[in-house]
Amino acid sequence: MKPSQFRYYDPKSIDEALDVLATHDNVRPLAGGQSLIPMMNFRLIAPEHVLDLSFIPELAQINIDKKITIGSMVRQRDLEFHHQIKKLCPIIIEALQHVGHRQTRNRGTIGGSLCHLDPASELPAIMMLLDAELHSRRKNQAPIIRPMSEFAEGVFTHAMQPDELLTQIECEMWPREHGYSWLEFARRHGDFAIAGVGVMLTIDPAQTINRCAIVISGLAAVPQRLHMAENKCLGQIANEDMVPSLIDEIDDIDVIDNPSAPSHYRQHIAKTLLKRAMMIAYERAQNLAHKNKK
Amino acid sequence: MPLDEDKDTLKKLFVKVNGQKIERYVNPRMLMIDFLRHELKLTGTHAGCEHGVCGACTILFNNVSARSCLMFAIQAQGADIRTVEGLSPADGQLSDLQQALSRHHALQCGFCTPGMLVTLIEHLNDYAQPTEASIREAISGHLCRCTGYNNIINAALEVSLARQNEKTS
Repeated sequence: MKPSQFRYYDPKSIDEALDVLATHDNVRPLAGGQSLIPMMNFRLIAPEHVLDLSFIPELAQINIDKKITIGSMVRQRDLEFHHQIKKLCPIIIEALQHVGHRQTRNRGTIGGSLCHLDPASELPAIMMLLDAELHSRRKNQAPIIRPMSEFAEGVFTHAMQPDELLTQIECEMWPREHGYSWLEFARRHGDFAIAGVGVMLTIDPAQTINRCAIVISGLAAVPQRLHMAENKCLGQIANEDMVPSLIDEIDDIDVIDNPSAPSHYRQHIAKTLLKRAMMIAYERAQNLAHKNKK
Repeated sequence: MPLDEDKDTLKKLFVKVNGQKIERYVNPRMLMIDFLRHELKLTGTHAGCEHGVCGACTILFNNVSARSCLMFAIQAQGADIRTVEGLSPADGQLSDLQQALSRHHALQCGFCTPGMLVTLIEHLNDYAQPTEASIREAISGHLCRCTGYNNIINAALEVSLARQNEKTS
């Protein structure tokens, strides 16, 4: 269980990294390595060139302005313990609790997880939920910007060219008083989830939902937004009558099927999680509105 | 053309391991766990599954826990690494956490212990008041197949309480 031979590069800047990508074939950018290195240990992949991005400080920044900008090499741990993110976008932190384990989150990166695109992983789903924009670069070219929905092409497949490098992720900020919930089900904590659900919403003074985003992970090749259900929520109060009407759209998803988690089972789990997540998000929004009134 | 491993790929690594500065030429494909065990002969850290699942090879990398099987040695350029060999205050002594593990019968075969120890050190640093649940979550990244986890949790809780009492008294 040892990786095969490769040449190693440790560029100190984005431009140096783009140079390596432009001049060699079969290069693998190495981010946190928490998925890439196991695959190399098993020799599922054997890149000729490994481009270690750990030494590029430009890629490891978190900036919070009108938007949240996360460098592709920001470690999952750094986001998990970020005080402002906790206040501004707590769903990221709630979802991160389910990403691998403490020891892998210390090394694993945001960009690495987004490029790996495991269908069951949390971060691609969260970025889909937040309508994130992914910025990448190629040598001597203008930066390329793709919405997460275009960046995620399929199972383990992103839309970038082989000489392209993901540099940062930009997320729009929701109003402070939004409700949120990330729920997932796995047989053991830290395992890849059978299904995951993320919900964000805001309510108006009459307690009705005026904005809603819903994402499902683990079911299809890439995370799925439930646009019909999102629209259905508008002008409604989340309760035991309304919430079950949202789950039908899950039947329309083209679901992964395997013996340990058949598609009907994944759908069943996702429906249950959606109902729960919707109520949690709604209650959190109500509590925040209540607090602000006082 | 196949690479001539020595001529084409060898890289010089500067790293601090258990407080000692080390300079070595390494092949980039050498995993950190193999560097520690085979090059430095620090065999306290154990190689288990070698794909990041079992937690036996966990080390402290710049003061946070990390799998040494999911890292190339060369990636530790300039880093500060601590392994189980560097946890005791002096030769022949044990740290408070090590003593607590021993008292609570928190190890039998000891295979998972070097990894468990570094994760617990990190957890007690990260959280001023760890709980049973938080410790359980932290060590969920480690497999123990003989002792069971409860005694390990009890040992960590005892150390945490003792440290809190020391601070307040």
